[in-house]
Amino acid sequence: MTETNQPQQPPQASQPSQVSQADDPAAPDAAELAGRERLSEPVVRTGMFGAEGTPDTSGYGGLQVRQQPPVFSSRPYGSYFDDIADALGSSLEQSDLSFGDAVERVVVDRGELTFHVRREHLPAVARRLRNDPTLAFELCTGVSGVHYPLEAGRELRAVYHMVSITRNRRLRVEVSAPDHDPHIPSLVDVYPANDWHERETWDFFGIVFDGHPALTRIEMPDDWKGHPQRKDYPLGGIPVEYRGATVPPPDERRGYE
Amino acid sequence: MTAPSHPAGGASAPDGAEGRVYNVGGADWDEIVAAVGEPSDDSHGEERIVVNMGPQHPSTHGVLRMILTLDGETVTELRPVIGYLHTGIEKNMEFRTWTQGVTFITRADYLMPFFNETAYCLAVERLLGIEDRIPERANVIRVLMMELNRISSHLTGVGPFGLEVGASTVFIYAVRERERTLDLFELITGLRMNHAYIRPGGVSQDLPSGAIEKLREYVRMMPKQFGEIRALFDHSPVFLARTKNIAYLDLAGCMALGVTGPMLRTAGLPWDLRKSQPYCGYETYEFDVPVRQSCDAYGRYLVRMDEMDQSLRIIEQCLDRLEGPRPANDPVMIEDAKIGWPARLALGPDGLGPAPDHIAHIMGQSMEALIHHFKLVTEGFRVPAGQAYAALESPRGELGCHVVSDGGTRPYRVHLRDPSFNNLQSLPAMAEGGLVADVIPAVASVDPVMGGVDR
Repeated sequence: MTETNQPQQPPQASQPSQVSQADDPAAPDAAELAGRERLSEPVVRTGMFGAEGTPDTSGYGGLQVRQQPPVFSSRPYGSYFDDIADALGSSLEQSDLSFGDAVERVVVDRGELTFHVRREHLPAVARRLRNDPTLAFELCTGVSGVHYPLEAGRELRAVYHMVSITRNRRLRVEVSAPDHDPHIPSLVDVYPANDWHERETWDFFGIVFDGHPALTRIEMPDDWKGHPQRKDYPLGGIPVEYRGATVPPPDERRGYE
Repeated sequence: MTAPSHPAGGASAPDGAEGRVYNVGGADWDEIVAAVGEPSDDSHGEERIVVNMGPQHPSTHGVLRMILTLDGETVTELRPVIGYLHTGIEKNMEFRTWTQGVTFITRADYLMPFFNETAYCLAVERLLGIEDRIPERANVIRVLMMELNRISSHLTGVGPFGLEVGASTVFIYAVRERERTLDLFELITGLRMNHAYIRPGGVSQDLPSGAIEKLREYVRMMPKQFGEIRALFDHSPVFLARTKNIAYLDLAGCMALGVTGPMLRTAGLPWDLRKSQPYCGYETYEFDVPVRQSCDAYGRYLVRMDEMDQSLRIIEQCLDRLEGPRPANDPVMIEDAKIGWPARLALGPDGLGPAPDHIAHIMGQSMEALIHHFKLVTEGFRVPAGQAYAALESPRGELGCHVVSDGGTRPYRVHLRDPSFNNLQSLPAMAEGGLVADVIPAVASVDPVMGGVDR
């Protein structure tokens, strides 16, 4: 997939823009300001399907998508989110770790709480989340990988969704790793349920979960090359090998007209 | 060391560091058993056999493969192997509009299409910030379709369960009742499976005329049909012997392995997202959460049967709400022309398509309407950047949909947290140390659907 056909600005470490709840009522042209801000962001993608020169041209192609600035939230987070942050903070202090050390960013968006955890502290945070009775996140519903090729230094993300059955709460933990060093500590020790999920994320995104007991491919064949759900991996266009013969991708096959 | 040359036709005994290795090609079990029994100086009295079960095996619910290590008849190691049905649904969705995504995700776990669609739509609606603007009627229809789907899915769980332990009558009964349910799906959505009926913003069309009556008849008839299955199974000594205290997984095991759904409720925990974190208005329906304490395959069967009774209760309440005179303005799709697509559908002589008056409007009366329609159909709507995770209680447990948007007209990333994928991990914990015959009820009690596992 060709991500962009625009001249590419290197992704800048743009100032995180505050998610403002109710500030600045007196700003004269808030909408215009926001619009100008949006237009100053670099274009990261044009066209709809991101595919050029394939049979898949079923769309209108004049679309531009601009890069979104990273968001962060500040206290109060609202709902039960402050309780979770407080409990995690005081729990981490028992192991000489502060909330700010472990969690680099908190995002409250659309009623969901996300902790962006530094990868080296992920196992400690997960252990606290599971064991601390005030947190009690007993279930981890697995890992979902996301690939942001334009965010330098934090291209690969592992997104964990936790459930506390005791307290009936949900929490998202997001961990990032750079493409050139795709290592994230495994959580199989803490949440054995993550075994297959981490294998899947390795398979599709190439994130290496250090400490996983057997990090092998799970969906793709063992000898497959590449990690198919990364953004630099095309949709289609891959020759398929079967029992020694190679079948070319559909757009390179012989025509019969 | 030299392996003894072995006369078996399909079996070969090559040299190997591990001692004697027999590769089985086909139906030559007697020869293998005889050969394994032969005294040999390098066998150390070990009778370990590695058996490959699947991916083409009648009792593995599709293309599940299991590598069993047997010591006699005892399973010492079980390794499930998946990936044979991986179709790249998640990747494909990144190349289609948000609305078109429904037609892909419905095919993931093909026995619970409405749940896949709803989970995805709930996540997209949360990203759009339109959760509160979904019409009431659309929510009722969603609940109705999901509960019908729960019945058809559980019937497909219970029926093949019977077949795999040798009860083919139950299978035929269950498939017959499932077919009745699929007839209703066909009446309402036009398709037996892969419906793409639930869309971001509502559902694609209202119930057709006559559907309420058909559904009433279904609700009237079903308790008796479930009774037929229960009469054959509940106290059958053969079924009890094959399932009671088999595939044991207690609450601690379920928690550690992330197991949800009927398996968790058989371990005694009444965790049901319809009750604990309601969506689509489930908090307004009256129903119970069936729970068992037995932690075994039999308990899971009973929980599924009980859940079908509760689903009938919910369907009845849905019908009460849908019946009667309709208010003049009672849409099934959000009243936002920039999101709600398909705009208006009607059943014509050649099938479902845009309503004639809608066509007349965009083609003959309003240029703006035509532009909007064109933009919506070709380009789709934009979804503000961000991520959302919507979870619901599917027939197999927590079905979660993690959706990421970059602000464009197609998903940046869609991930389906499929309950079968997660629950299959518990197979070794349930089957290792048991007999090889118990592997089959263990798989059946998980009720995995490989379409969802591999996506």
